[in-house]
Amino acid sequence: MADEPNKPYMEGPMHSTHPVIDPGLTFASVTDKISSIVLTRRTSLIWFFGFAISFALFQLMLLAITNLVFVGIGLWGVNVPVAWGIDILNFVWWIGIGHAGTLISAILLLLRQRWRTSINRFAEAMTLFAVAQAGMYPVFHLGRPWLMYWLFPYPNTMGIWPQFRSPLMWDVFAVSTYATVSAMFWFVGLIPDFATLRDRARSKPFQLIYGWLAMGWRGSARHWHRYETAYLLLAGLATPLVLSVHTIVSFDFAVGIIPGWHATIFPPYFVAGAIYAGFAMVLLLTIPLRKLYGLEAFITMRHMHNMAKVMLATGLIVGYGYIIEAFFGWYSGNRYERYMIWNRMHGPYALYYWALILCNIITPQFLWSKKLRSNVIVLWIISLIVSIGMWLERFVIVVTSLHRDFLPSSWGQYQPTQWDWAMYVGTIGFFFTLLFLFIRFLPMISIFEMRTILPEAEVEEE
Amino acid sequence: MADERDKSNLSDGDENGDDREVTPSPRRPVTSSSSSPAPSHRHHRQTLYGIMAEFEGPNELVHAARKTYEAGYRRINGYSPYPIEELWEAIGFTHSRLPLIVFIGGLLGGLAGFLMQYWIEVIEYPINVGGKPPNSWPAFIPITFECTVLVAAFSAVFGMLFLNKLPQPYHPVFNAPNFAMATRDRFFLVVEANDAEYDHDKVVELLKSLNAQEVVDVEV
Repeated sequence: MADEPNKPYMEGPMHSTHPVIDPGLTFASVTDKISSIVLTRRTSLIWFFGFAISFALFQLMLLAITNLVFVGIGLWGVNVPVAWGIDILNFVWWIGIGHAGTLISAILLLLRQRWRTSINRFAEAMTLFAVAQAGMYPVFHLGRPWLMYWLFPYPNTMGIWPQFRSPLMWDVFAVSTYATVSAMFWFVGLIPDFATLRDRARSKPFQLIYGWLAMGWRGSARHWHRYETAYLLLAGLATPLVLSVHTIVSFDFAVGIIPGWHATIFPPYFVAGAIYAGFAMVLLLTIPLRKLYGLEAFITMRHMHNMAKVMLATGLIVGYGYIIEAFFGWYSGNRYERYMIWNRMHGPYALYYWALILCNIITPQFLWSKKLRSNVIVLWIISLIVSIGMWLERFVIVVTSLHRDFLPSSWGQYQPTQWDWAMYVGTIGFFFTLLFLFIRFLPMISIFEMRTILPEAEVEEE
Repeated sequence: MADERDKSNLSDGDENGDDREVTPSPRRPVTSSSSSPAPSHRHHRQTLYGIMAEFEGPNELVHAARKTYEAGYRRINGYSPYPIEELWEAIGFTHSRLPLIVFIGGLLGGLAGFLMQYWIEVIEYPINVGGKPPNSWPAFIPITFECTVLVAAFSAVFGMLFLNKLPQPYHPVFNAPNFAMATRDRFFLVVEANDAEYDHDKVVELLKSLNAQEVVDVEV
């Protein structure tokens, strides 16, 4: 960022056929096109339709939560020995999805991957909304969610304090820090665009709201300098943060002594899985969105190819993780570990295991083909399969390890109830509700960062 | 050129360009510089914020900023729709205290995070967990790390806003007729009226010679 701030990055054969941004765009057309989605364009019927369905599902989530709080945790299928059912699974699934947003916005910024510019705003929003879903699960899984503030260290009349040697406490700090930093990163990125919207908005209320959010931003060179410094530092902070968050999520499992969880492969394996699932979700969302809003000039085939490649690479790491898990079970010489891996492959949940292998290892291999990667419909279907696969992976890790551990007398079966599913479907609804509001009221592509990658943004040396 | 004056621009904050406090004074109608008579130097200081030149592109702006700086003006500032590294270098603004603020914030956050855990687990509420010592510091590292990142990130965001003096709902540059385009595709350079070298006509002359499309007075 410091050395080549305005370079449009269009070298190489791949880059000439698929530029990062359509070469015909200008400062004015980029600004007008993106801000018109928020300010002037008529809201499409598809938006209303999508929002209505999401909002209805969101109501289902509220119903599920209300019922859960009134009746109690028995409403869910969780019980000893499987006290962590699909609720903790969904927590891991959602937070993993969020990680792609931080990867795109922070890590790719530090690696100077200019193509990130047109998808980072959207991916960060996805992060924020996914973390919001994730955060709900551990809280309602507590059983007495109204006492969740007991998790935080504060002087209290009971004279007790949290236990900081527990990974569950690490999780509280990691997830809350992650949510806070992601929200700040997102908001800071939006400030110059709020100013753009403030100056473009025609109606008084919108001028006031965007003006209030822009906080008087005026594009001063001194402000930009500090702004860029702050943004780069935030990216530098978010990068180790995102790795730490999923590492700590994996510690929730790995620090326990349950067969199949107590493995050193967990942190890198979880982080790769998170990025894998996250990129699948970004593709799943951007493919219809760019079509619907005619954003092909901004989100080009280059982006599709790059995201598909990241998915393939992280998918291979995840595949390596599965192999090592099986190897570890056999090589440990420990009968519980060996039984665990046998039980995964042949036990009552074997179907989940083999479906997961199909979704997460076999399916992404199609991405080796450039022809298939260039077909957005194929890409979309593969992303959907990977998203399901990553859900199955967490199911296999959580449930198969817990349901048969050391003593056969304490073995049991786990079945999610309709309220488990209602909560899950409801959070998907809530996620999409937030996403639909976001694309309607905020610029889903960073306007000022798009300006920096235009050819005319380059300043000649004197 | 005067090195002493350059130094004043190295510090971050109050004394620099558009960051200084704006004290409103009696309003005068905006006069287009081309038609305005040349009132006295003194008089302008009280009523004018500065003179603003509008440019078509980043190259013109950066070039003009360099020339204006070379001509000896220091209270100058550029306005652009996206960050231009050459621009802040051209106006002599290359140093910021922000990294230091973030570093100190991170340090304090990490320290506070660790000491909180130490105090709770060793002094206030010691519990024997699996025979581990009360100060089992490796187990405290994840939360120490998270606290470091959290406070450093807060320092970065609020430090940036503080040094930029944001939120700031009113600023004189917003009075300029075309300034709403600064968030679209227009580029502006302002020479402030309280610059030591300021002379209304000379500044207008200079800016016009630098390919400015329009040169206007900006009221306080």
